[in-house]
Order: sequence, then C-alpha cells, then structure tokens
Amino acid sequence: MVDLILFFIPASLIIIGALIVVFAKNPVHNAMGLVMTLVSIAIIYITLNATFVAMVQMLVYAGAVMTLFLFVIMMIGVDKKEQSSESIKGQTFLVSGVFLILISLLSYVAINSEFKWDLWFDAVEFAIEGTPQLVAGTLFTAWIFPFEIISILLIVATAAAIALAYDSKRKKNDA
Amino acid sequence: MSIELIISLVKANIVLAVLLTNTILLIWFERKVVAGMQSRVGPDRAGPFGILQTLADAIKLLLKEQILPSKADRAMYLLAPLIALVPSFLIFMIIPLGPDITVEWQNALYTIPLVGADLNVGVLYFLALSSIAVYSVVLAGWSSGSKYPLLGGVRASAQMISYEAAMGLALVPVILYSGSLSLVDIVNSQSGNLSSSIPILNTIVSFIPKWNVFPQFVAFGIFFIAAVAEVNRAPFDLVEAEQELVGGFHTEYSGFRFAMFFLAEYINMFNMCAITATFFLGGWLGPTFEGILPPIFSVIMPIIWLGVKTFLLLFVFVWIRATLPRLRYDQLMELGWKRMIPLSLVWLILSAIVLGLREFGLPWS
Repeated sequence: MVDLILFFIPASLIIIGALIVVFAKNPVHNAMGLVMTLVSIAIIYITLNATFVAMVQMLVYAGAVMTLFLFVIMMIGVDKKEQSSESIKGQTFLVSGVFLILISLLSYVAINSEFKWDLWFDAVEFAIEGTPQLVAGTLFTAWIFPFEIISILLIVATAAAIALAYDSKRKKNDA
Repeated sequence: MSIELIISLVKANIVLAVLLTNTILLIWFERKVVAGMQSRVGPDRAGPFGILQTLADAIKLLLKEQILPSKADRAMYLLAPLIALVPSFLIFMIIPLGPDITVEWQNALYTIPLVGADLNVGVLYFLALSSIAVYSVVLAGWSSGSKYPLLGGVRASAQMISYEAAMGLALVPVILYSGSLSLVDIVNSQSGNLSSSIPILNTIVSFIPKWNVFPQFVAFGIFFIAAVAEVNRAPFDLVEAEQELVGGFHTEYSGFRFAMFFLAEYINMFNMCAITATFFLGGWLGPTFEGILPPIFSVIMPIIWLGVKTFLLLFVFVWIRATLPRLRYDQLMELGWKRMIPLSLVWLILSAIVLGLREFGLPWS
C-alpha cells in the first residue's frame, strides 16, 4: 500500500509537470513545469534505492540546467506570449505520430506483462551502502576511456565558446 | 503504528520547533551584536534584554495586509516564498546533532540516531537543495512584474550559480579526507587528535583535535566565503542592495509572504553555520566530562558543543556584516570565478597528491 502511494504521488506530479511544459503559454511556467517533472523523477529514483542518481538528477538537471534555462529566458526577454504558429513544418503531424507510437509501445508492455508490475525494489544492503562507490568504481576503471573522451569534448566546447565570445567583443570595440 | 514511524515524526517536529525558536533568537542576536559594534543599544523594550522583539515583529507581519501587485504573475508570485522555505527546513535534516542514543522502552532497546536522516549521499543532498533554493529568489524577482525585483532576481541567479561551484569544489578535499559522503561518517572521521610520522612534529600536533579545519584550512576559507555569498549576506548582498534596488527580489512582498523570505534567510544562515561546523569543526565532537557531570549530560553535551560552534560562526557572519562594505557586481564575479574557483582546484589537486602519497608512498619507492 505504502509503495503504491509513494509511486503514485510523484508519478502524477511527473505527468502534471509534463502537461504544464506542453500546454502553458508562458515560457517561465513551462520551465517550472519541467523542474517539477525532474524533481519528481528524482523522488522516483529514491524509492528505487538509487539515492546517488537521484541527487545527481536534482543537482545537475533541476539545479544547474534549469536555473540556466530560467536565466536565459529572463535575460533575452522571451517571457511574453507564445506564438501559436508552427516553427517546424509538419510539427503537429510528427508529434502526434511519435505520441501514437509511444502509446502503442506502453500498452504492448502492459498487456504483455498481464498488468502486473513491481513498483518497489527490496532494500538491498549493497545498493544503499555503495551507490557512489559502485558508480565511481565502474566509471573510473571499465569506462575510463569514454569518460576521458567526454571530458575532452567538454573542454573543446568550453574553449570554443570562450573563443567565439572573445572575438565578437573585440570586433565591436574596433568598429 | 511502528515505533520507527513515530520516531521519524517526532524528529520532524523537533526540527521545525528548533529552527523556528532559533530564528527568533538569531534575529535578536544579530540586532544586538550589530548594535553593540555600532555603539547603539539595539532592541531593549520587549521582554528581558529585548529578546521578545522578534516575536512582536513576527506578529505584526502576520497581521499585515498581503498585497498582490496588479502586474504580478499570480501562481509564481505565491509559489516563490514556499520554495524559499521548504529547502531550508530540509537541509537541517541531515546535520548530525550527536552520537546514537539507546533508549529502553517496554523491555526493548531502541537505538535512535540524533540525525533526521543519515544519507549516504548527504553532501550531494545538501548541494542539491541549496541549488533548488535559487528558484525562490529568481521567481520572486521575475513574478513581481517590477523592475527592481527583476534585477535582483537576475543578479541572484548569476551569483548563486557562481559561488555554488566554488562551494562544491571546496567540499571535495574534505570528502577525500573523510572517505565518505555521509555527514555522520564525516563527523566520526574527525574524532581523536592529529598525528604525524615525524616524532618532533608529533609531540606538537598531538594536542590539536583532528578537525578538518586544521589540515584543510584553505578549503575552510573558500567554503566559508562561498557560504556567505550563497545565503546572500553582506558583503555579498547585491541581491537586495537597498541603495540600488530598493529591497531587491522581495520589494513587492508584504505581510506573511515577506516574513517567509525573512525566515528562510535566517534558517539558511543557521544551516550554513551548522554545516560548516559539521564539515570543518568536528560537528558535535567535544569533551563530555563523563563522571564529573550527571549522566544525562553525555547526551546533551554533544548538542551543546554543536550549538556553541554554530553560534561562534554566526557571530563571524554578523561581524562581517557589521564591518565590511558591499562588493561591486563585477568585483563579486571576479572574486568568484577568477580567484576562488582556481584556488579551490589547486587545493583539491594538492590534497589529492598528499593523500595519495600517504596511502601509497612515493611513486618511485
């Protein structure tokens, strides 16, 4: 019973948040809907005993990425009114197609498992005690090469961003 | 109802009561200390030494009219004070107040840890919740539909993001030293005294407690400065600079909603000092004088030690506010990005090298 309640509260919050993202007119409301979805997903992670993943989700997505989103929305002042015209051609058609595929996939999984699913993972001592150690152990041994590649990619992106910003500023001063 | 559930509920209520009472005391403490430093008397009418002044102010704020600006975004305007308040209460849950206590009740022994929740990712939990707190300031500034709060909100988001990076980086060496992300383990790792492999040095340092502040003094400095910036206190209070922005992000708030922001600021300040004490000053560790004082003191003394350390740090917070002028905006950003983040990175690498040498010896030996 408790596991059902603990699942349905965050699950319904995820869906409400996602609906706000899609239907709200104001970009700030959209962003806050997304924050609600991300935080609720973190709660779901906690009920699955993945506390480390939950905290990283809160810290990186709900904390850093969405704050930058809000910052950009306020700085460039798009917080006016949404244009109702399509920005990509055939947008509505594509989105409804993807939505139909998603619905059929979900109903296939639900029917296939005869409407039974486990919402609650048993509290494994291993998972509770060692999530950061487990993740770090795998990340820095077996996956060290992809990890380093990603770090190089991020440094390249940062350097490129600085170079672009620096160049345009100098040109403006010369003119 | 299971006994664990009752214990958890009691704990949550204790946290609420402690934080609210503390805030009343803290605001009075700040006003008295600042008044003393500026050769004034400070509040002295309500109650003994004016200690009930905050209570009177709180009642006044509760009874005041709550104004909703005509250009405000209603939903976000009402949501912002709540977002400010909730994380500040949640952060206190992970601060260990003392060692586990054992209670005998109905012929069964119960071990009650004196901490709201001992998370194995406590440090990350603290950082995650303090990053959530940014939303309250940003949303309050934006939703008021007015110029000054918006400027305050934009400043706040830039400032809090910048200093959060330095704060997280300053905590990494502490985690390396303690070998755990759990706050309970971090406190336990600081028990005992310092030791050194060099005999002469050992006789000197063996009197010093093994608190993280001694080997990690640079990390302590960076963390404390970032903590002052994170709770938007002077000299980093550009978010609510009176001379430039009227009242900053909470200009348009009145009555109880303003009181919520005020409450959140002081609770955050208290949390930051308690967390600093836990990470660097040994948390609840301290002599319990067993055998000299009655046995009940072995339970109370750790809480008193944590309180003493926290209030010492709070005194420094207030002291800084009373003495230092506010930084200019570009100076603030320069200090954050050009000084504190590089310094904390260098310190992190140095501590990692020292720890590696201690663990594995010299690479060529």
